[in-house]
Amino acid sequence: MEQSLLTAILATGIIAGTPILFAALGEIISEQAGVLNLGVEGMMLVGAVTGYMITMDTNNQWLGLLAAVIAGGLMALIHAFLTITLRANQVVSGLALTIFGTGLSGYLGQTLIGRPLEATFKSVPIPGLSQIPWIGPSLFEHDLLVYLGYIAVAACWFVLYRTRTGLKIRAVGENPSAADAAGVNVFAIRYGCVVLGGMLAGVGGAYLSLAYAPSWLENMTAGRGWIAVALVIFATWNPTKAFLGSWLFGVVDVLGFHLQNMGITVSSFFLKMLPYVITIVVLIIVSRETKKRHVASPAAMGIPYNREER
Amino acid sequence: MRCEWMSAIRFEKRSTTPRGVLFLVPLLSVIIGLCFAGLFIGATGKNPLNIYSLMFEGAFGSAYGISETVVKSIPLMLTGLAVALAFRMQLWNIGAEGQLYMGAFGATWLALKFPEWPAYLLLPGMLIMSFITGGIWGLLPAIPRAYFKVNETITTLLLNYVGILWVDYLVYGPWRDPKGFNFPITAPFSESAILPVLGDSRIHVGLILAILAAVVLYIVLNYTKWGFEIRVSGESAIAANYAGMNYIKNILLIMFISGGLAGVAGMTEVSAITQRLQHGISPGYGYSAIIIAWLARLNPWAVVVVSFLFGALLVGGYSIQTSGFPAATVAMLQGAILFFVVGGEIFVKYRLTWSGRGGHK
Repeated sequence: MEQSLLTAILATGIIAGTPILFAALGEIISEQAGVLNLGVEGMMLVGAVTGYMITMDTNNQWLGLLAAVIAGGLMALIHAFLTITLRANQVVSGLALTIFGTGLSGYLGQTLIGRPLEATFKSVPIPGLSQIPWIGPSLFEHDLLVYLGYIAVAACWFVLYRTRTGLKIRAVGENPSAADAAGVNVFAIRYGCVVLGGMLAGVGGAYLSLAYAPSWLENMTAGRGWIAVALVIFATWNPTKAFLGSWLFGVVDVLGFHLQNMGITVSSFFLKMLPYVITIVVLIIVSRETKKRHVASPAAMGIPYNREER
Repeated sequence: MRCEWMSAIRFEKRSTTPRGVLFLVPLLSVIIGLCFAGLFIGATGKNPLNIYSLMFEGAFGSAYGISETVVKSIPLMLTGLAVALAFRMQLWNIGAEGQLYMGAFGATWLALKFPEWPAYLLLPGMLIMSFITGGIWGLLPAIPRAYFKVNETITTLLLNYVGILWVDYLVYGPWRDPKGFNFPITAPFSESAILPVLGDSRIHVGLILAILAAVVLYIVLNYTKWGFEIRVSGESAIAANYAGMNYIKNILLIMFISGGLAGVAGMTEVSAITQRLQHGISPGYGYSAIIIAWLARLNPWAVVVVSFLFGALLVGGYSIQTSGFPAATVAMLQGAILFFVVGGEIFVKYRLTWSGRGGHK
């Protein structure tokens, strides 16, 4: 009984954490290249609604996912053009992206509310691995997108820290002038990373509408995009830590549900506050720690690069 | 890798920006933003021009429409000023929405606790309460920002959800009106807790409060030493500290005042409009405020003018909802406008020049 409850919490935590994980990985890539993108919430919503729309039309969730990836990437492209080419303020441009994405998804999704979806991502236990006690049911009895998330974590880490491309990305985020002088195309790297970040946010959104819910609701991300932005800071821009963090937030997210099942009566409004409050508290604790240990954000993050003023 | 046309365009930094550019860029941003959003509306098989003319008619086509536009512009002015003030110091307070809700909570608490107080006591009391509760909601993220450099963008935004859930908890729970047929509303306010209206319209005294706030902010920011400090602190924390200004104190103070102003917007809404606290008192005023502040280039006077335009956008949004367009359409338009406002900034700072040759390398 004890074990089944704990693994249930851990397993549902993984699922609830997956949308945040994809979005956070995307934001890590973008920020490592020096571009802060506060539009995650908007990109996720647009990903969620397009994914849902296309899946409904084609009856194929993989095509839906692809549409979400493209939509997220296109949204990010707006941010890339504004902040990289036009050197606009990254904070305000990101906010614009979130406001626009919230509106656009609500506009497009109006007719989708309450319509059920036939093709969704369903659980596929991994033979062998899912038999491991505790770990198996927690980690390896999920849908394919969850496993894709594991692979994405490893791939992000590998590319950022073990390849030349990763080195270039980090160089662009730390010191774009030096990277430029060394022959790195700062603009291309930044564009690529921002768009890739948007694509991953699109996957995160599609996970909500195609696997987690699966349905479309206006504003269904409910701040998960912002939690992902916060998570990037806790994770100190490291994909593996982002995985653990997203799991933690997934657990917090589903805790209310499990507490109510155990017969603990707390107002559901307070349970709903929990993820936001915990995010703030953890952000404060981690920010104090990183200040002490001198783990800083990428040095050039938030600063537009101007070749002529280097 | 770089395209030919990109290298043919060059940006030259302007030493001074002509007034015409300062005015033209935001104006064009709004127009192009509406065109851009029109593409998406067109893509769903609707005619954007029809929608825009419907919206225009809803907002300006009747005396009622104009008065509603002014009514909606009041909370937009207050939250817009709140956001503009914080942005001046480069404090990214995007929590005006939550601060508005907390202000509404504070004002409601007093109104329900002392309904028998006379209006000349209760209304100022509600005003002060809303300023304090909204201000505290702004101060909460300011403290970690000032002392440990915790990113205030994320914390202010997340507190919006908490503030809204807190009000929901109250109106669905302990403060729910037993005579309210199970709707998430509190008991109605007493007469003395309701802001008077101007003349025969729905336009209430909150308008005067908002304009007064703009005047005070304008004078303080432009003609006092403290206002100068705020501007310098915004440009560089190091410069501000070097000049002996108390940077930390200013962060806390600015965020308190910013939150307080947004809180007052909550008070005017519950006191004059809903006349009780209820679920969903704001259709996102605190988020529109970000766009208003930026479009107004953080200038208090311009905030008043731009708020009026955004009030019209909201009222226009309501009038198209009756024709089956979702409320989200307005958010889409606002976001699209902000894209072009942000992108247009470069034409304010730089002059665009063409060089016929391949540009420099």
